[in-house]
Amino acid sequence: MTSPTTVTGPAAAAGHHERIARLRAAATRIRRHALDMGEVQGQGYIGQALGVADVLAVFYARGDGELRLRPDDPHWDGRDRFLLSIGHYAIALYAALAEAGTIPVTELATYGSDDSRLPMSGMASYTPGMEISGGSLGHGLGVACGMGLGLRHRGNPARVVNLLSDGELDEGSTWEAAMACAHHGLDNVIAVVDVNGLQADGPTAGVLRTEPVTEKWRAFGWNAERVDGNDVAALVDALDRIRDHTGGPSVLICDTRVGRGVGFLETREKAHFMPVAAHEWQAAREQLEGPAR
Amino acid sequence: MTTAQKKPTTSAMIASFADPDQRTTAAPFGHALNRLAEERPEVVGLSADLAKYTDMHVFREAHPGRFFQMGMAEQVMLGAAAGMAEVGLVPFASTYSVFATRRAYDFLCLDIAEPGLNVNVVGALPGLTTGYGPSHQATEDLAILRACPNLTIVDPCDSVDIEQAVPALADHAGPTYLRLLRGRVPTVLDEYDYRFELGRAAELRTGRDVLFVATGLMTMRALQAAARLEADHIDAAVLHVPTIKPFDTATVLRQIAGDRLVVTCENHTVVGGLSESVAAAAGFAGIATRIVAAALPDEFLAAGALPTLHDRYGLSTAALCARVKAEL
Repeated sequence: MTSPTTVTGPAAAAGHHERIARLRAAATRIRRHALDMGEVQGQGYIGQALGVADVLAVFYARGDGELRLRPDDPHWDGRDRFLLSIGHYAIALYAALAEAGTIPVTELATYGSDDSRLPMSGMASYTPGMEISGGSLGHGLGVACGMGLGLRHRGNPARVVNLLSDGELDEGSTWEAAMACAHHGLDNVIAVVDVNGLQADGPTAGVLRTEPVTEKWRAFGWNAERVDGNDVAALVDALDRIRDHTGGPSVLICDTRVGRGVGFLETREKAHFMPVAAHEWQAAREQLEGPAR
Repeated sequence: MTTAQKKPTTSAMIASFADPDQRTTAAPFGHALNRLAEERPEVVGLSADLAKYTDMHVFREAHPGRFFQMGMAEQVMLGAAAGMAEVGLVPFASTYSVFATRRAYDFLCLDIAEPGLNVNVVGALPGLTTGYGPSHQATEDLAILRACPNLTIVDPCDSVDIEQAVPALADHAGPTYLRLLRGRVPTVLDEYDYRFELGRAAELRTGRDVLFVATGLMTMRALQAAARLEADHIDAAVLHVPTIKPFDTATVLRQIAGDRLVVTCENHTVVGGLSESVAAAAGFAGIATRIVAAALPDEFLAAGALPTLHDRYGLSTAALCARVKAEL
């Protein structure tokens, strides 16, 4: 839940510190859920899920997340909408939805299986809390634009968050939508870009150069914040600043590390599909139990 | 008209296919949308820098707070229309048919049709209704869209069809595509005992020798052809099929049974439109009926004046009459 920060002084600082600690713990739970799901199928976009876990924790952590949600009422009209245009990150979002309480943790064991509500690519018709069907990249921000326009038109104060990847910045439709959000002054729309520097055919820098990412968004009329996407405190501070921004859309550009939280995966050769051997899933979980980062 | 009309020879983008002396109605879509908007506050309009040329300007002027200009960006227009529908609005999104279908198909398919949203896509210049050339001639829009699950497709004949279709499309819970006739649109069907019903074909005229199965503006041409063929003692019936999907298979099969010459009439390529819908319905039902297709050829069309092109490609009333006489 979002709560305006009105208390100041040492008590507030202590409260903030405790919230950061709780968010970090939530990120660790999201990573563990993702590893559990990866082990079910013996595959999955686990590298990306580990990388984006801190970002998702900041949005979804029960009681502390940025999103206004009613976990037991995923269609509540007043909810903030979180649009996952990168459908292959579904494994990470399911982990976050379990953390939020929208789907039961026990259901994660069905990930990717026949008749599961948790298919490998995120689809709205399958999963409570999955707002759109992603996968065809470059769609999420346009839909977010329409939701932002529609919510504002109806006087609904809910916000719309779209999680994109840096690879998705290759899609021209992303920039059509960026222009439209800025033109219409949609301060209820937040784009979150996971810059992990990796896409299907290799490093983003070699596939199609997207940098300078921050300057591009600013040139398109967006309020841009760029932070270490694996630094929970930095993410929280940036979202606090974004909440105060009015008159136009904001983008939170997050530099993340593929495989973050599991040392031997962080250093493994980067690949869109990161290979994990059957015996490594347990070892990965045990690394998560280490000291809080 | 009191003076002799010089036959137009221009390949301008905006041209009328109405006959010089024909009754017309101005911007029937825009006015119908306005009437609907008075009753339903959730109705909104979008356009991709083509409000003025899709009759959406009529709605924009009457309801400026409910019109959203998305710029020359069809992909985000359809994505945004989906987002609006997700939060409870009923959008009508207009552009030219070529851009809605060729350019933004992935967005129509995945953002709108897959979730089954009540988004109404309105495509102007369908088929051969501009002489501007292939960049603007949506000769294959039906072929593209018929294969899209969940989508309802309407090809109206005239202003009466458009006026009655607009509220029906909004009432329909799922996504729709309307082939828009814009500007001064012929008014034809008010002379018949006819009401537009989504998903239903309607017999406008009975006849013993020939059955025209027609959609869109070609229903108007089929009615004209049927009247002219009376002079040659040819008795022609006209079945109007304004909804291309879902296809009114039962009515079409009932009508094509028998020994009348079946002539399908469509403002669309012969590939994947009405003629193949009728042929498929017949074939799947085990009915062996020869079908004569009055349709655009499977090629990129020429630029030129609409009357010239409709004659050349067989869509004019004269061409239709000649085709029937040659086939009988």
